[in-house]
Amino acid sequence: MTHSRALFFGAASMALTAGTAFAQTEISWWHAMGGTNGERVDKIAADFNATQSDYVVVPTYKGNYTETMTAAVAAFRAGEQPHIVQVFEVGTATMMAAEGAIYPIEKLMADAGEPFDGNDYLPAVVSYYQTPEGELLSMPFNSSTPVLWYNADALASAGVEVPTTWEEMKVAAQALVDDGMACGFSFGWQSWVMIENFSAWHDLQIGTQENGFTGFDTELTFNNDAVAARLQEIADMQDGKLFVYGGRRGDSLPMFTNGECGMWLNSSAYYGSMVSQAEFEFGQAQLPVDLSVADAPQNSIIGGATLWALQGHEADEYKGLAKFMTYLSSPEVQAWWHQETGYVPITTAAADLSAEQGFYESNPGTDTAIEQLSLNTPTANSRGLRFGNFVQIRDVINEEMEALWAGNATAQEALDKAVERGNELLRRFERSVN
Amino acid sequence: MLKRVHFPTSVLPYLLVAPQIIITLIFFIWPASQAIYQSFLIEDAFGLSTEFVWFENFTHLATDDLYLGTFGRTIFFSVCVAVLSMSAAIVLAGFADRVVRGATTYRTLLIWPYAVAPVLAGALWVFMFNPTLGIFPYILQFAGIDWNHYLNGSHAMMLVIFAAAWKQIAYNFLFYLAAMQSIPKSLIEAAAIDGAGPVRRFWDHIFPLVSPTTFFLLVVNAVYAFFDTFGIIHAVTQGGPANATTVLVYKVYNDGFVGLDLGGSAAQSVILMALVIAMTVVQFRYVERKVEY
Repeated sequence: MTHSRALFFGAASMALTAGTAFAQTEISWWHAMGGTNGERVDKIAADFNATQSDYVVVPTYKGNYTETMTAAVAAFRAGEQPHIVQVFEVGTATMMAAEGAIYPIEKLMADAGEPFDGNDYLPAVVSYYQTPEGELLSMPFNSSTPVLWYNADALASAGVEVPTTWEEMKVAAQALVDDGMACGFSFGWQSWVMIENFSAWHDLQIGTQENGFTGFDTELTFNNDAVAARLQEIADMQDGKLFVYGGRRGDSLPMFTNGECGMWLNSSAYYGSMVSQAEFEFGQAQLPVDLSVADAPQNSIIGGATLWALQGHEADEYKGLAKFMTYLSSPEVQAWWHQETGYVPITTAAADLSAEQGFYESNPGTDTAIEQLSLNTPTANSRGLRFGNFVQIRDVINEEMEALWAGNATAQEALDKAVERGNELLRRFERSVN
Repeated sequence: MLKRVHFPTSVLPYLLVAPQIIITLIFFIWPASQAIYQSFLIEDAFGLSTEFVWFENFTHLATDDLYLGTFGRTIFFSVCVAVLSMSAAIVLAGFADRVVRGATTYRTLLIWPYAVAPVLAGALWVFMFNPTLGIFPYILQFAGIDWNHYLNGSHAMMLVIFAAAWKQIAYNFLFYLAAMQSIPKSLIEAAAIDGAGPVRRFWDHIFPLVSPTTFFLLVVNAVYAFFDTFGIIHAVTQGGPANATTVLVYKVYNDGFVGLDLGGSAAQSVILMALVIAMTVVQFRYVERKVEY
């Protein structure tokens, strides 16, 4: 009796789940957006699901960027991969090298018969994720770029304008310290801001093979005179507390929001933190230019993450995935995401819509990131970088730069060492994918 | 006269040990063999292209200054953790052994930290030592120490040593207390009658008599510091700053799961496996025989 009842319920529940599965095709989306941004991701998926009844997008939070990527890799090896996975920009080379594992977005859209025009997207955003032939590999989702954050009250009190060059940075930092501040300026994500973006901003090569875009046999070249001279001057500025090092990633944020440092170079995506933490007038301006290197800036490069489609699912599921991508990049969704989070919009239409809605007028400076990214057509040096093992290479760069800030090495020595160690990691990556 | 008994051969004993053997095969032997196999490969993250390279991953490690540095750091870390937690435990056990009233309460309280999960222990210490919010940096400030384990590698190392040692004190305490209570009371009383004070009695009688326990704990603590401290380090420093607290087991994780260098990471875990096997052999073959009772 109990047996047959259990059997009946088992069969009934199986029939029920099978029923829903047949009615709607499920598309799994693994992401790394925790907290408020995670809720926004859920909202995007829920809104898409409400627009049609054929597909259900199921977002799952898988931890931070590295954890999410590792989870997807492990799932792929076990044949249980999700349809969509969010991967941070430094994982691009690893994903790209996995040709049998990824489904290039542009190809996916074409195969599914979804309209897709690469020209709709901001060039500086998509160029990071294109093949040398211009095919888009993954869908940009959350992208930001470093900007100069400044404490407007402190600058006014010190009697200086917002600096636009590194010369003026020094003057302004001196004025801030003279005015009684504990430090002139600081920065975070130092490899991204002071090496990768400093190079792109001044149209300097970061590595051979077009910064790694055209081949895995790339070698790092950022130990040039321009970068070395800039970093050496910054290191020397530590003497008068014009510059103070405050740790990796965003660890130095409190130094800026507490009013210790008057200026801070870091991601535009800290907008939300600024709004909630800074108790002074703050603003964002374009990165300073080093006039000894270039007369005018080129364009900055992005950071953040994109959505990769993984191989091994049914054609019908990819059709739903393509529809979701179209929805995701629609101006309304993108404008909303951009204004809520501080990430840059991925399409020009979304930027235009935000302007129409008056977002930039009521929040001055919030368009700095887009302006910086679309300042010029990206060159081979400024469209981004694609190096394997880049997670470890960034750690290497961090370690060598910390040696510089601690006074254990000159800028040239630190950069040479970073390039040497980085190249070893690049060779190891080349071996692993060939 | 010995009487031989012959049991008829039966499958029963094999069936009875089968679960244990199957568990060992599935959860120990199989993963270990996979790790050994993986350590001979250079492979991309997705496993799409694989090259068999024999011992190249190992020779790479042998010539890698960072890895060798990690080795030295791990030994320093382990010695500090073992010495600190064992000496604290033996002192506490020495006192608890002498307590007459409320002995159970003392013991329970001293054993308590053992029930705390490593990650939680780490989280506790992170809060107490947070440079801006923590109570200890605030107190240290009066001593003129500017505590910041986010920037200062020595501070970070001290912090993980304290956290890891604190966690292990309870375990060591249990064994020391048991060892001390098994010492015949007559020995200690005889020493007392001969005029030896508590300190003298400790050094001349108790300490030598618990030496088997000390050697046993030495191996256990070394294994603990080598392998079980991952949770604490991950919660407190994540191996930083600038690798100052990256020990061997953390580097295995970091290279494998963050850097996705599976071959290199597997080679490191094979080395760790060899180490733990060596330690166990030392424990059984050498330590247990050489200890004088």
